[in-house]
Amino acid sequence: MKDHTVRRFEDELNELKATVLSMGGMVEKAVRRSMKALLEHDPKRARKVIERDDKINQLERDIDQMTRNILALRQPAASDLRFIISTIKIVTDLERTGDMAEGIAEAMLKSQETPLTHLESLEELALKATAQLKKALDCFARGDVLLALSIIENEKSINGMFQRIQRENLTYMLEDHRKISAGLMAYSIGKNLERIGDHAVNIAEMVIYMVQGHDVRHIDHETASALVTSNIES
Amino acid sequence: MDTEMQTKMKIRDLKLWYGDFEALHGINLDVYSDKVTAFIGPSGCGKSTFLRCMNRMNDRIASCRIEGQMLLEGSDIYAPEVDVVQLRTHVGMVFQKPNPFPKSIYENVAYAPRIHGLVTDGPDMDELVETSLKKASIWNEVKDKLQQPGTALSGGQQQRLCIARTIAVQPDVILMDEPCSALDPIATAKIEELMDELKNDYTIVIVTHNMQQAARVSDYTAYFYLGDLMEFGETQQIFTAPTHQKTEDYITGRFG
Repeated sequence: MKDHTVRRFEDELNELKATVLSMGGMVEKAVRRSMKALLEHDPKRARKVIERDDKINQLERDIDQMTRNILALRQPAASDLRFIISTIKIVTDLERTGDMAEGIAEAMLKSQETPLTHLESLEELALKATAQLKKALDCFARGDVLLALSIIENEKSINGMFQRIQRENLTYMLEDHRKISAGLMAYSIGKNLERIGDHAVNIAEMVIYMVQGHDVRHIDHETASALVTSNIES
Repeated sequence: MDTEMQTKMKIRDLKLWYGDFEALHGINLDVYSDKVTAFIGPSGCGKSTFLRCMNRMNDRIASCRIEGQMLLEGSDIYAPEVDVVQLRTHVGMVFQKPNPFPKSIYENVAYAPRIHGLVTDGPDMDELVETSLKKASIWNEVKDKLQQPGTALSGGQQQRLCIARTIAVQPDVILMDEPCSALDPIATAKIEELMDELKNDYTIVIVTHNMQQAARVSDYTAYFYLGDLMEFGETQQIFTAPTHQKTEDYITGRFG
């Protein structure tokens, strides 16, 4: 696509995108770190994740300020408008994802008193969720709608994994009521990871809107897929 | 698109030449009744030329030649039997620069209905002048000075007076060629508000260089580029997700 005639506007849009991506990078790191802290029993790392969430929150505020300025001063239209709207929504998903990582880090600190079991399942889910998040950031960076579709498709398998973790933990808690607090904690970590996957899907949906103008939220995957691919072929 | 939509003007394969230069390359467009349609595009794209074809303003240009169909409610306005003066009572025009007659406010509105024999002077004419000025949202500002010259009004008031003058002959279509480009933001807002009211009774076509204005006032937008109609669609679609890259480049400011 050609650059804007007004260079300053072009610069503002580029700066906004770069800031969203760097926020995305921080969030991704927070998720990985929180899981690493959990799996390696590393409270120091967990505390770092909690501390750094402030920086993520600050970026959310910065980005919101940038989008407000662009809306008020540049009156963006068409693809620029879709980019701004997507950014406003994506930033919320990223900030929440940061909170999920913080939640995992907090759970890790608490779990020092009640050691968790079934960590393999959580690790497996974490790998999937972080892969989804990474892909979501990539598809935003590149405007890759096919990658976005694959993220939406993968949501089912993440949900399936989380349900398995729920079942495992329920059985575990039923066997021995002393294990209830550990079980609940594992459940809550699993829930956070599943939510991270959901946020990645939200981001992917907004990328499709940003690139093609199609709103694929709350419609079945086949319809969404047909919409997106028909636009690519034409 | 709304299936109830009625077409006021139907244009088919309209071509226009100035001498050897083909300025419009076969335009196809439906202008819907009681809607505002905006024509946008860079200078020289043909949007004003096309607007002027809609009430045969180009007839006066000797080197101008037109082919194709321009139908107003099914009848070709370029048919040999059409009386251009009559046509312009059906398709009125408001220009960029407010151009009231050098007469009183009253006479500005009364002149056309009188010469077309629509209304005779007296109470009927008084009523027509009043309703026209009311419809153009200027009655309250001028009711106490109807005998003062129209040219003494402010620019924005003059433009609304010109709209009242256009309305007085009860047209079907009102063409507006950059009607706000000489007005300040408040006068512009008044005209835009007026357009929103007028579209209940009239079909409006507006040419504007101000894309935000097109976005604000129109229901449909047509993007012209180098004598072609590149894209036509609902305004909200054109401004959020245009289909053509050229439209996209223009409305996002990536042009040239």
